[in-house]
Formats: sequence, structure tokens, C-alpha cells
Amino acid sequence: MHEPDPPSLPTDPDVPAAPPPVDASPAAVPDESAPPGSPNPAPALLGIGAIVLAAAGALAWTAGWIGGGLTAQRMTDAIEAIGAPHPGFRRAHAKGVCVYGTFRANGAAVALSSARVFAQKETPVLGRFSIAGGDPHGADAKARVRSLALLLRTDDGQEWRTAMNSFPFFPVATPEGFHAQSLASAPDPKTGKPDPAKLAAFVAQYPEVKKFQAWAASAPWSNSWGNTEYNGVNAFVFTAADGSARYVRWSMRPQLPFAPLESAQRDQADADFLADDLNARLIAAPLAWDMVLTIAAPGDAVNDASQAWPDDRERVVAGTLELTRAEPQASGRCRDVNYDPLILPTGIAGSDDPILAARSAVYSQSFNRREREIAHGRAPEATGRGGAQ
Amino acid sequence: MNGHERFNLTARVLHWTMAPLIVAMLFVGVGMVASVANRPWLIDLHRPLGIAILVLVVVRLVNRLRHRPPPLPADLPRWQVLAALASHWLLYALMLAMPLAGWAMLSAGGYPIVLFGGVHLPAIAPQDPALYAWLRDAHGWAARLLFATVLLHVAAALFHAWVRRDGVFGSMARFGRRD
Ligand code: HEM
Ligand code: HEM
Ligand code: HEM
Repeated sequence: MHEPDPPSLPTDPDVPAAPPPVDASPAAVPDESAPPGSPNPAPALLGIGAIVLAAAGALAWTAGWIGGGLTAQRMTDAIEAIGAPHPGFRRAHAKGVCVYGTFRANGAAVALSSARVFAQKETPVLGRFSIAGGDPHGADAKARVRSLALLLRTDDGQEWRTAMNSFPFFPVATPEGFHAQSLASAPDPKTGKPDPAKLAAFVAQYPEVKKFQAWAASAPWSNSWGNTEYNGVNAFVFTAADGSARYVRWSMRPQLPFAPLESAQRDQADADFLADDLNARLIAAPLAWDMVLTIAAPGDAVNDASQAWPDDRERVVAGTLELTRAEPQASGRCRDVNYDPLILPTGIAGSDDPILAARSAVYSQSFNRREREIAHGRAPEATGRGGAQ
Repeated sequence: MNGHERFNLTARVLHWTMAPLIVAMLFVGVGMVASVANRPWLIDLHRPLGIAILVLVVVRLVNRLRHRPPPLPADLPRWQVLAALASHWLLYALMLAMPLAGWAMLSAGGYPIVLFGGVHLPAIAPQDPALYAWLRDAHGWAARLLFATVLLHVAAALFHAWVRRDGVFGSMARFGRRD
């Protein structure tokens, strides 16, 4: 077991394969009178320096420290530049509340995915309602997009995190498109508003966004988080116990019937009417959603969240989400959660939709930045330890 | 010059297994944090590889404490002997600290610690934003220190091989015969 230390050997050339030693041939060492072991060291030193520099350069390039490519850091910087800094808050969907409840599987999705969540009778849920935008004080009635994020942890220790929005498809197909949108949305220092020319150029370069603008202009507004439908939008791969695999998108379909919030009501609505409404409803009764899985047909866009699937696709209701309690995010457990859409249990995997990979990287940046601000005491408001809350 | 003894086989095999793994981990780490396209597969690689390094470095440290390494050449200047000693122990410390910090940081951040498939590790730290932020920064700065130390270490190893030609490189790099 214990290898004896080998005794000294006689001269054994001690030279790595490449590059050649500085005195590989007599021709390389004109001064033959030099004692062995001390030839001209310059070529070797240059070689060593070149290796070190090349390695450092390669790391700096991989890290995005040199080179101007799109990185998660730059995407996050561009999102931050749209509004004023709000330390400790999420860089997007900054305004929200924590919610708690249960997901009850009905067993129907067991044929689609081996994930425990579809077989386990009840799974506890830690969720978060929010409105889109980086302002934790944004007016609820001005937010075209509302959101629901969920964390489901099954008894096998696996987690499914998802962050869903009330739009039926995403404005852009790629992270580059999202980044262009962030850059075009930054306020012009002169007017304090986004530059219309930049916005027009963005739309011209990413024409898929026109579909989204049409949706935003025409879709009716609901009057509560509780009667809004939330869509996962990105496609995921569901793998069943028998090995069969399908592309799936999921939605949370409210059991509460839709009730509109007309434009006149929006003008009068309180800035925080969504949270007030939610609290009032939860005191009276739990709120419930059906989890609807939509299965792609051949030819459907499975890596482009800007394209909706046709309405006639096969749908499976996997169970019911019931939310029973809400809590302000400053003190709730959802505050320190990163709802990274690629935290998934076995049986569900991300598709190669490029938006998914980018979200995972950017959410981590946002999470790191806000947790750092909280850790260093720079986020009194986000943690409820400051004045206004 | 007593330059022709070697590290024992275990030490040499572990050194050359772990060297590419650790260099790869540094690139995977900074790459997955920056890349908007490659994070999913890189982080799926980063966690299990990092935990594998943790297991290997424990074996390596046990082996190191039970087998004295070959002596450095007698004519090596004293400051270089000290630098070699200090940098080797720094490398051992960082090889041990990096994966522990990664594991603890995921715990403190409230993340599941997925190795592969359904295989998870338990949390080794309480979920806490201050602890998370501290560990996340520690993981990042320790990685930079590790990279700088590895560069210095490689430069020194090649200096022994190409300039001093004193047998130190071979003490780690020579395999075959007489094992
Ligand atoms: C490349 C595209 C996207 C980028 C860069 C992006 C960026 C972000 C960022 C930075 C956050 C804050 C994360 C945190 O601090 O925890 C966030 C949160 C959120 N995003 Fe996205 N997002 C993208 C696409 C989407 C899509 C496609 C959806 C939904 C279908 C979505 C829904 C949400 C929701 C619901 C939240 C709030 C989650 C929570 O409550 O913690 N995002 N997003
Ligand atoms: C020798 C072992 C390891 C090395 C050399 C290493 C290296 C790195 C590096 C260089 C980074 C990027 C740091 C930055 O950009 O600030 C990083 C990030 C990270 N590492 Fe490691 N790591 C190791 C082990 C681990 C382990 C065992 C885990 C978890 C089980 C882990 C989890 C992570 C995570 C989650 C991130 C950052 C993700 C983010 O903030 O977006 N690492 N690592
Ligand atoms: C990739 C190029 C590398 C080369 C050419 C190299 C070369 C060497 C050599 C020649 C030795 C023996 C030095 C002596 O006798 O004092 C050594 C020892 C050592 N190497 Fe490396 N190494 C490399 C990478 C690494 C990496 C990436 C690590 C870990 C982070 C590492 C960790 C160590 C440690 C800890 C020792 C000391 C062994 C002891 O004294 O117990 N090496 N290396």
C-alpha cells in the first residue's frame, strides 16, 4: 500500500514534451563552455511568460472582462439603467407580495412526466405575485403585465421553480432582442423619457414585438391577481417514466371568473389595489388555479417564446393550485428566493429556447446584487427596516 | 542536487487528474456566470465536478500528510523554498475551500444542490441573505486567488523544467518504470 520513496536515479532527463528545452541541441547553445543547467534562459522565460499571459487572457475573455459580447452582467446593467436604483429589490418585477398555498396533483400528468410533483397528492407552494417593471412603487393599474412565481418542493427534495406572466407569448424571441428592448427603454437624459427614435429602431429590428404590442393594446385587463391567467411561455421537455418525451408549455388558469378593469377604473385605481384586493379575497376564501399543460404538435415553435401555439393543442389539467395566505415581500420568505426558471425536477427539463438560458444567468445576477445589498445593510426599505413600508 | 526522487504514485496521479479539472472549473465558473447561452450545461457540470474535486482533495491531503514529498534541490534559494511551501499549502487550502464555499453558498441562497438526475446534497448552511452574499463573494475572490496562484505555480514548474532543469518538474511529472 505504502509506496516506498524511490531512491535517486542517475541522470534522467527531466524535460516536459513541449516546448523544447532551451538547450535541446548544441546549435541552440552556441556558448558550449556554459555549465550544464545554465544556458541562455531568455527563450524559456519568454515561453513561460507567453503561457501565463495566454491563460490569463483566455480566462478574462471567458469571463467577459475583455471583448464586448453580450453577457448576463451587461443585460442586467441595461435593465437597471431603465429606472432609478432600488437596493435590495428585484431588478425586474420589483413590486410584489409573497403567497403561500398548496398544489394538489390529480395524477393526469403522470403519463407526461416522472416528476414527483404530478404524483404526490399535495405539495407546499411558496409563491410571489408581482407586476412587471423595476419600480417597487409602480402603480398597479399602469402595469400591463402581471406575474406569478411558484416554488414547489416535493418530498423527494426536488424543486420546481417557475416565473409566469399574464401575456400569452413573449415580446421577443432572443436575449439579444430583450437586451435591445432594455437599451431602447432607457430614459433619454434630455427628456427623461425613452427616445422614440430608438424605440422605433428596436421595433424595426425585432418586428415580432408588433404582435406583443397588438396584444397589449387589445387584451382586456382583469381587476385582480386572483382572476388573471399566468403563462410559462417558454417550452420545456417533459419526460415520462416510460422514457417518452414531449414539449410542453404550462399555464395557471384561474378558477375565479374573469372580471374586467375598464380604462376609467384604471385611472382611479389605488397604486396598490392589487395587494389590497388580494388580501381582502384571501381573508374570505382561498384562491385557486388549474395547472394546464399544453402539448406541442410537430412543427410548433419549441424554442421561440414569442410564438403562441395554436388554440387546438392537446391540454392536460395536472392539478389545482390553491393559495391561502399572503405576506409583504419585505418580511416574507419569497424575498430571498431566485425563481430561476431552470430549477426543475427530474422529469422536466428546459428546452433549447435561448430565452431560458439567458433568464437563468440574468436572474442569478439580479439575485446576487440584491442579496449583497441586503447583506451590507444598504436595503432598509426592501427588508422593511427603513422608514416607508 | 537531490532532484530525482518523485512524489509517490498516488500524489502524481491525483495531481495530474486534478490539475486539468481545477483549471476547467475556473473557466466553467466564470463562463457560466457571464454567458447568456451556456449557463445551463455549464452549471450542471460545475456542481458535480466541484464536489468530485472536494472528494479527491481529501484523499490527496491524507496521502500528503502520510508521505513526505521529495526534498527540493539543496541549492534552491531560501525564498524560493518558502514560496514553494507557501504556494503549495495555499493551493491545498483553496482546493478544499472552493467546493465547500460553493456548496455552503448554494445552501445559504436557498437553492437545491443538484448533482445529477435526482441526486441532491443536503444543505450545509442555513438560508440567510447575509451569509449567501458573503459566501458568494468569497467563492468569487477565492477563485481569482486560486487562478493567480495556479499561474504562478505553473510558471515556477516550467522554470524548474526549462531553466533550472533540476529534477523538480520530474518529481511530479515523471511516470513509468520503477513504479
Ligand atoms: C431574456 C428574457 C428575460 C430577462 C432578461 C428577464 C429578467 C428578469 C429579472 C432580472 C428578474 C428579477 C429576478 C430576481 O431578482 O429574482 C425577473 C423576474 C421575473 N421574470 Fe423575467 N426576464 C426575462 C423573461 C421572462 C419571461 C419569458 C417571463 C415569463 C414568462 C418572465 C417572468 C418573470 C417573473 C414572473 C419574474 C418575477 C419572479 C419573482 O417573483 O421573483 N421573465 N426577470
Ligand atoms: C474547485 C472547485 C471550484 C472552483 C474552482 C469553482 C470556481 C468557480 C468560479 C471561478 C466561479 C465564478 C465566480 C465569479 O464569477 O464570481 C464560480 C461560481 C459558482 N460556483 Fe463554483 N467552483 C468550485 C466548486 C463549486 C461547487 C462544489 C459548487 C456547488 C456545489 C459551486 C457552485 C458555484 C455557483 C452556484 C457559482 C455561481 C453562480 C452565480 O452566481 O451565478 N462551485 N465557481
Ligand atoms: C497545469 C500545470 C501544472 C504543472 C506543470 C504543475 C507542476 C507541478 C510540479 C512540478 C510540482 C512539484 C513541485 C515540488 O516538488 O515542489 C507540483 C506540485 C504541486 N501542484 Fe502542481 N502543476 C500544475 C497544476 C496544478 C494545479 C492546477 C494545482 C491545483 C490547484 C496544483 C497543485 C499542486 C500542489 C498542491 C503541489 C504540491 C505538492 C506537495 O508538495 O504536496 N498544480 N506541481
